[in-house]
Amino acid sequence: MPILSIMLFLPVIGLTLILFMHKERQVNLTRATATFFAALTFAASLAALGMFRWQVATMQLQEKVPWIDSLNINYHLGVDGLSMPLILLTTLLSLLAIIYSWRIEERVKEYMAFFLLLETGMLGVFTSLDFFLFYIFWEISLVPMFFIIGIWGGPRRQYAAIKFFIFTLIGSLAMLLAILGLYFASSPHTFDMMALAQQNPLAGAGLPAALIFWGLFLGFAIKVPMFPFHTWLPDAHVEAPTAGSVILAGVLLKMGAYGFIRVSLPILPEASRQFAIWIAILALISIVYGALVAMAQNDLKKLVAYSSVNHMGYVMLGVAAAAFLRPGGDSASFLVSRTTALNGAVLQMVAHGIITGALFFLVGMIYDRAHIREVDGFGGLSKQMPVYAGITMLACFASLGLPGLVGFVAEFMVFLGAFGSFKIITGLALLGVVITAAYFLWTIQRIFLGPLNRQWAALHDMDGGELIALVPLCALMVVFGVYPRPLLLIINTAMEALVNHMDAVHSAAASLSHLL
Amino acid sequence: MGFPASLPPRIPVSQYPDMLNLAWTIPLFPLTACAVLIFFGARLYRRYGETVGWIGVAGIGATVPLALGCLSELIMGVAPAGGQIAWAHLGQVTLTVGYYVDALTAVMLVMVAVVATCIMVYSIGYMHGDEGYSRFFAYMSLFCFAMFTLVLSNSLLLLYVGWELVGLCSYLLIGFWFERKVAADAAKKAFITTRIGDVGFAIGILILFGYVPTLQYADVFAAAEHGMIPSATLAVATLFLFCGAIGKSAQFPLHVWLPDAMAGPSPVSALIHAATMVAAGVFMVARLFPLFYAAASAPLLFGLSPLLIVGFIGLITALMAATLGVVQTDIKRVLAYSTISQLGYMMTTLGLGAVGFTAAVFHLITHAFFKSLLFLGAGSVMHGCNDETNMFKMGGLARKMPYTYWTFWVGALSLAGVPLFAGFFSKDEMLSAAWTRAHGEVIYWLFFLGLEAAAFLTAFYMGRACFLTFSGRPRSHEAEHAHESPPAMTVALMILAFFAVFMGWIGAPWLGGNLFHKFVYFTPGIHAAGHAAPASFNWVVAGISTAMALGGLLAAASIYLWKIVPVDLVKKPLYPLYVAAKQKYYFDTVYDIFVVWGTLGVAHLCRLIDTYIIDGLVRGVGWIVPAVISQACRLVDTYVVDGLVNYIVLLGCLT
Repeated sequence: MPILSIMLFLPVIGLTLILFMHKERQVNLTRATATFFAALTFAASLAALGMFRWQVATMQLQEKVPWIDSLNINYHLGVDGLSMPLILLTTLLSLLAIIYSWRIEERVKEYMAFFLLLETGMLGVFTSLDFFLFYIFWEISLVPMFFIIGIWGGPRRQYAAIKFFIFTLIGSLAMLLAILGLYFASSPHTFDMMALAQQNPLAGAGLPAALIFWGLFLGFAIKVPMFPFHTWLPDAHVEAPTAGSVILAGVLLKMGAYGFIRVSLPILPEASRQFAIWIAILALISIVYGALVAMAQNDLKKLVAYSSVNHMGYVMLGVAAAAFLRPGGDSASFLVSRTTALNGAVLQMVAHGIITGALFFLVGMIYDRAHIREVDGFGGLSKQMPVYAGITMLACFASLGLPGLVGFVAEFMVFLGAFGSFKIITGLALLGVVITAAYFLWTIQRIFLGPLNRQWAALHDMDGGELIALVPLCALMVVFGVYPRPLLLIINTAMEALVNHMDAVHSAAASLSHLL
Repeated sequence: MGFPASLPPRIPVSQYPDMLNLAWTIPLFPLTACAVLIFFGARLYRRYGETVGWIGVAGIGATVPLALGCLSELIMGVAPAGGQIAWAHLGQVTLTVGYYVDALTAVMLVMVAVVATCIMVYSIGYMHGDEGYSRFFAYMSLFCFAMFTLVLSNSLLLLYVGWELVGLCSYLLIGFWFERKVAADAAKKAFITTRIGDVGFAIGILILFGYVPTLQYADVFAAAEHGMIPSATLAVATLFLFCGAIGKSAQFPLHVWLPDAMAGPSPVSALIHAATMVAAGVFMVARLFPLFYAAASAPLLFGLSPLLIVGFIGLITALMAATLGVVQTDIKRVLAYSTISQLGYMMTTLGLGAVGFTAAVFHLITHAFFKSLLFLGAGSVMHGCNDETNMFKMGGLARKMPYTYWTFWVGALSLAGVPLFAGFFSKDEMLSAAWTRAHGEVIYWLFFLGLEAAAFLTAFYMGRACFLTFSGRPRSHEAEHAHESPPAMTVALMILAFFAVFMGWIGAPWLGGNLFHKFVYFTPGIHAAGHAAPASFNWVVAGISTAMALGGLLAAASIYLWKIVPVDLVKKPLYPLYVAAKQKYYFDTVYDIFVVWGTLGVAHLCRLIDTYIIDGLVRGVGWIVPAVISQACRLVDTYVVDGLVNYIVLLGCLT
């Protein structure tokens, strides 16, 4: 059963059905259809998980159909321990976002259609094994988000949408050039990622490999986003509707980090290793600087947006640490620390998706009630909205890396692994943990503690619909925080294979140069 | 405290009732109580009123027999037990979480279980009428869960997890009355200050992970003892680990959060900020003692070994906090500084090396009992005086609250180290340890003299607190109308008072020669040189410290009870010191300026950079590039394309 294709195109079927519905008279049918197909997609991803075997490091559930023979382009899908968790994250967050979006009243038909298209685009990125297909899905995911921000966004939506679009487009173009470069460097020419990783077409090529690496870097780093390419993110988040922010932070940012792990590390291991230190430095800046800027924000959405810069920095630190290898250092413990760093990075992607998804939902909920997002405008809400306060505090504590919640496991593993590669950078990155704790606690204090701001004495606590969106995310934070093993079993197998692959390329290159 | 080199996954079942192998269930009881109270607390409270508090009591009370079972099995000679499960996979390495119960863990378990039970019972009375009644018991139960996790852990990983979780509970409970700004501020300060220390703790773990990728104590200790970790690296790692203890145990220079933490309810101060959590730092150093000991030969800063640094930090803390305790007017703050000082005592003693190990742990246990008694006593006083905490507005409470009065004095005498009270035996052992070391190396005289000076100050400020609070005439309306607290509170006080006297006797020389020594001790590993037995009872030391205790109490009495010495006589010559102490030696001021405002300033600077420079650059490029391109296109269009067309046309016309 081609489960991946089924999962990938279920949203498209839903989207097609929605297109036939009446704009105004069948609003609820539209919403129900979108929800139903998002739920089916989620079920399909669970089915894929059921068919997935965590013990196997290679690509599974592969589907390969020739597509454009003359260019050797295939419709090639597959999953491994890297993409499986991200697929589940995507289908879950999409479902929750669509459920939450029942409250959207304006142009429901287009809204739901765009969301379903977006889901297919994101799933396509995480399942494609052919660069051509990958690029198509990458661009597909860009367009609906542009419209979601531009149509359903806040007052400065057009500025934000265009900024988001141009930034991402520049990144995509750089990535496209890099992909073409890889294609032409390979022989026989291929867009197949696995074939490229095996061929390693640019082994030993200094400048071309560097150019291609930085081309890919630009595409991925803008998406992550890494300092200094992050300024589209706060604008996009501030203007995007709640569900849009959830998907943007929860899934779209992960595509950048996914690109590094899926493409840059296996296909360009030498260039990755060579430039790892620079990535690590940018990651460190993203961590500390992102946390500091977050601290200075008064707008809750901006605060969470900058906290994403901060948290995605940990992902990139883990990636850089895995790519890096000290000269002469390939002992077993280095293998362990680099695998740990990579495990941590992937886990952090999932953790950040869960936690920040929840945080954006929570910000949206308070904005729906109070119509402001200024932290200073609240105060003492803990009394008025105890359930809301409790869940928000849980999400904040998860975000600041409290043990027992999933963020801690991920950050701890990133640090544990990255310390093997970068001692000082990792030590400095730990400062980010203190700053993060400071700004989240300060925010909690200003919103929830102290005497109740009389202005908000009429705010009501969370309703059932809102709880549906949040309870699954909170449960996941706790479950994987207490017992991350199931998730790590899936991730670890693939990441260990990746680190071994990189080392095999390095040692092949080393023995080659030794022979010469 | 010998650890086996590596733990078997299951320990062979002994012929005794198998309590040790059930030790892992201990944290689950308070956790269950917490879950029930969090999810159903509000509903149960509406239905059954304040009976819900007993859910919390039951959750922690159930752990007492289990903890006692573990302790008695170990005393009967059953081998320490543990077990673990896989938690995370890192390449071929598996991180585990698990538990391990040996003598050190067992005495901590019993201490936490008994003290927490007493405090929970007391809280039934103390929290009566509070809006957050069930929430309070939920948080307290969560704390007990976290504390048990911390104590039972068999690896640095789970130790760190428990460590941070007790920090969370501390945050929630300090800020329990969150409408009060003071409480919310104090909660935040506590969490962030301890987290600064925890960064050090984390770095220590990261360093060790490079050598021992399992993080289990047994493996880490084995690696340290067999020299698999270079001694300089080990020394650096232990110092980083110690940073965590500095934060948690409120040692200099991260002690600033603990006095503010008194904004929480008094039972919280008693349980968390006196008896158990703040002692976690001392417990951590004791638990990781093999590491500190193995690194003892590696001189680090200024030629000091890690243990000596621990000792000096402890000594500075003990003296500094004792002087601060003397100038406080708030009864809970006196006790808070006293706690800091006593924790400094324990750290100093651990810094003495193997000879101080038992004494420090012993004092940790006795201190837990008498200090929680004192805090509960202070809470009882506040309860009776309409939440008044200023000792200068009290006075004459002895007759109005007799049970509180007598039990508070028991605690105070124990803390002051008056003979036959628990604190005497443990403090005396610590001082004997310093005395013993001082006869080998001169530098340890500093420790001995410093600790004796602190002992004098301790007796003085406790005497001052007692006389101001209970003796003389009432100095305010509240004190005049004070009343004794309900039985739930006074019973808890009496139980703790019993321990505050007799707990020490297990370390007394005449009961079969110090039972505690025979149970909790540190055995240096095979490669470590210089075995040192715990210091034994010493009449000279006992004499000096008794003199210090009585001298301090007499001095306090002559100033505050008999008033034969005017306060100014002491205050005048020490005036600069007095002013500095009143300002808490300016720690808060300096931290506010440099750390709080400094960080906020940098944060706002970063925000401006982000808005105007980085995004400004982006917008600039976004503005310039299209402008340049369109201008260029216009020029090309006007002159090149158009010109070409004109040229061609011209050419065409010409031909």
